[in-house]
Amino acid sequence: MKYVDEFRDPEQARKWLEKISALAKQVQAGKDRPLHIMEVCGGHTHTIFRYGIKQMLPPEIELVHGPGCPVCVLPMGRVDDCLALAEHPEVILTTFGDAMRVPGSLKSLLQAKAEGADVRMVYSPTDALSIARKHPDKEVVFFALGFETTMPSTALTVLQAEEEGIKNFSLFCNHITIIPTIKAILDSPDLQLDGFLGPGHVSMIIGQHPYLFIADEHKKPLVIAGFEPLDILQSIWMILNQLKEQRHEIENQYGRVVQVEGNHNALEAIEKVFELREFFEWRGLGSIERSGVRVREGYALYDAERKFSIPNLKIADPKSCQCGEVLRGTLKPKDCKVFGTTCTPETPLGALMVSTEGACAAYYSYGRMDSFESKRETTT
Amino acid sequence: MCLGIPGKIVEITNAENKLALVDVAGVKREVNIVCIVDDEHPPESCLGDWVLIHVGFAMTRINEEEAARTLELLHELGELQEEFQAMKNSEKENP
Amino acid sequence: MEGWILLNPKEKQQPDGNVYRMNSRNAKSFVPPVTGKSQTISLAHGSGGKAMRDLIEDVIVKSFDNPALNMLDDQARFDLKELTSLGDRLAFTTDSYVVDPLFFPGGDIGTLAVNGTVNDLAVGGAEPLYLSCGFILEEGLTVETLRLITGSMKKEADKSHVSIVTGDTKVVHRGAADKLFINTSGIGVIPRGVNIAATRAEPGDMVLINGFIGDHGAAILEARGDLSLKSSIESDCQPLSKMVQAMLDVCPDIHCLRDATRGGIATVLNEFALCSNVCIRLDEKEIPLRDEVRGLCEILGLDPLYLANEGKLLAIVPRESVERVLEAMRLLPEGQYSAVIGEVVEVPEKRVLLKTSFGGERIVDMMVGDQLPRIC
Repeated sequence: MKYVDEFRDPEQARKWLEKISALAKQVQAGKDRPLHIMEVCGGHTHTIFRYGIKQMLPPEIELVHGPGCPVCVLPMGRVDDCLALAEHPEVILTTFGDAMRVPGSLKSLLQAKAEGADVRMVYSPTDALSIARKHPDKEVVFFALGFETTMPSTALTVLQAEEEGIKNFSLFCNHITIIPTIKAILDSPDLQLDGFLGPGHVSMIIGQHPYLFIADEHKKPLVIAGFEPLDILQSIWMILNQLKEQRHEIENQYGRVVQVEGNHNALEAIEKVFELREFFEWRGLGSIERSGVRVREGYALYDAERKFSIPNLKIADPKSCQCGEVLRGTLKPKDCKVFGTTCTPETPLGALMVSTEGACAAYYSYGRMDSFESKRETTT
Repeated sequence: MCLGIPGKIVEITNAENKLALVDVAGVKREVNIVCIVDDEHPPESCLGDWVLIHVGFAMTRINEEEAARTLELLHELGELQEEFQAMKNSEKENP
Repeated sequence: MEGWILLNPKEKQQPDGNVYRMNSRNAKSFVPPVTGKSQTISLAHGSGGKAMRDLIEDVIVKSFDNPALNMLDDQARFDLKELTSLGDRLAFTTDSYVVDPLFFPGGDIGTLAVNGTVNDLAVGGAEPLYLSCGFILEEGLTVETLRLITGSMKKEADKSHVSIVTGDTKVVHRGAADKLFINTSGIGVIPRGVNIAATRAEPGDMVLINGFIGDHGAAILEARGDLSLKSSIESDCQPLSKMVQAMLDVCPDIHCLRDATRGGIATVLNEFALCSNVCIRLDEKEIPLRDEVRGLCEILGLDPLYLANEGKLLAIVPRESVERVLEAMRLLPEGQYSAVIGEVVEVPEKRVLLKTSFGGERIVDMMVGDQLPRIC
């Protein structure tokens, strides 16, 4: 596969790991803890676990898995609101596969479907619009979630619906934006991060400029990274290089996809359809200022929150959950009190165990290698 | 967050509505190409382009030169490392 | 009602093509004929009466055609001597088949229902001999659909030299079933000396597979149509009994054998690791995976290790026999792309580890729930 295989070459990986190892030793020398690099994006978390990159890195580097999994950070109250929508008899609720399993306070969409609600999984919001075309007697609601990467696709779908005069299609909008969340993490007093792997596909939309405050105000390096394993190794090396040279800049490793200015057409569509909410609730992180968007007044017809009465529930995260600390990088998944005991992928308690991209779920299904390493050494 | 995968545009299925067929390793799907179309790139000119696909939309055109540059950099530094290693080894052999 | 039996062989079709049966009040009741493309299954076809007999006779018996079934008794009967001459243990298995859509590239529910049960017998080392077949039909299913499915069942049964010797048909109200469900049970005989069990994997053994993984799961995902994806991926649905016999011929001491269906190869290997108290280490680059299946997985964010297969088995064999077994497998079309994909080691116990194509290592766990496309 072009643009994929060449960035998965194990031979190159070996060479880069040696290079990273030498540089990390140099940079970490004199510090009482390993270097903490946060990958903001859940897609990076996935690559890191999928290819076993975590175990390949030298002990001087510790990767911290960030908040970039939109399914994971969705608060229970919003899921419950969505379930209430799905249970309207005239509604066909459509959503992405990964949203189907997110637990609300009582059940998930999958369970609601089993109980008779018309819930359908789609690959694209345009597929949801096709369902609306096919069922003019029904109300098709698209459970929209995701960061800036996904926002343009739902915005453009709304614009398409408007153009065609389709009136039985609406969004239950849960789109969130990544910058205020990175800001919230950087503002936390117990912060222990040395640099960031920047979210490549969000950056493809928003460009490089929105990250400048990270370098300017918080003096941390950020490298916008691609999603193949060699992209990640190269980006880590670039962060180390900045640290070594005591630079803190926004660099772009993912030049083949990310342009400095982002994507004009996509940004325009977002701007047209969405506006910032004053606050949005994040599972594990609490309420964050200007971190979510809603449908603009002008497109009220396509806004499920205006079209239907929504309970607008607020449900507190379970007390035992330490997702917030994991998200801020002050706690490793396996050190959480409930990790792997009451909180597992089968019965997720916290946000990060919900989706396979969530730090804890990824750690649970792909990770847990640490405990084996010592065992293996004693036997071989 | 945001699974994206490179694919090649193999057919413009509806220029007016900006729809095209993309191919990912032999799997085809119709996607929306609004985000990569502008005055310089009318829909018809997108045929053969490599794009990054996310939830049924071609989100960006993949920049071939940039990809080549990244790869070159990846390999160059790798090669340098190899030379460095060879040097270290020969030092060991001939102290 | 068990067994397919004829009620009254004397009832005949009337000149108008339809069958009329006198009910107790002497009124003519219409019984739909089972021939003709537009005919659909009605509750009468499951009522135990004339319509059912015709359906069984015209569609099922005609398709499956074999002496034991043609007797149409309440049960199939076997000569014990014949069975004991083949081995010293009977293998008996059952499985129910539900699939949407009924027809997909590379097969249909009928090919699944025969091969699935044949393969369940085969991977126990048994020579599959007889199958039963229970149909649950939804009112409104076309007779032609059923005929196509029984036709492909017969075709697949012939490939493995098994006979469908007994069966049952029920019809349920529209909406009470999704078009057509099939249950098949199977009987086979295990030859002396063969002792295959999930508990027998030993450190040093090697792991083999007979070809590309995930084809069936990918074909079904695509055939459902709701993801609007198109490719030439076909289900790998195929019988494995011939290949298993060939493998046992060159290595009677195969330790573990299982066909990887739902849950993919990851699930079967986890079962081996768990039952045998060992670790299985896989080498990702050795696992056969078609480009298109890989493409589909990349688009949807799926892991092919968990995709369903319907004609793939995993074998754990002693290291010294691995070359012989591999050669025997590769000689047959169903094993043409066989490969050694890993080995059994001692620790960490009860785990499956994967050396990734990138050089790292990760755990391959049991699947939790269904694999859903991962999009954001």
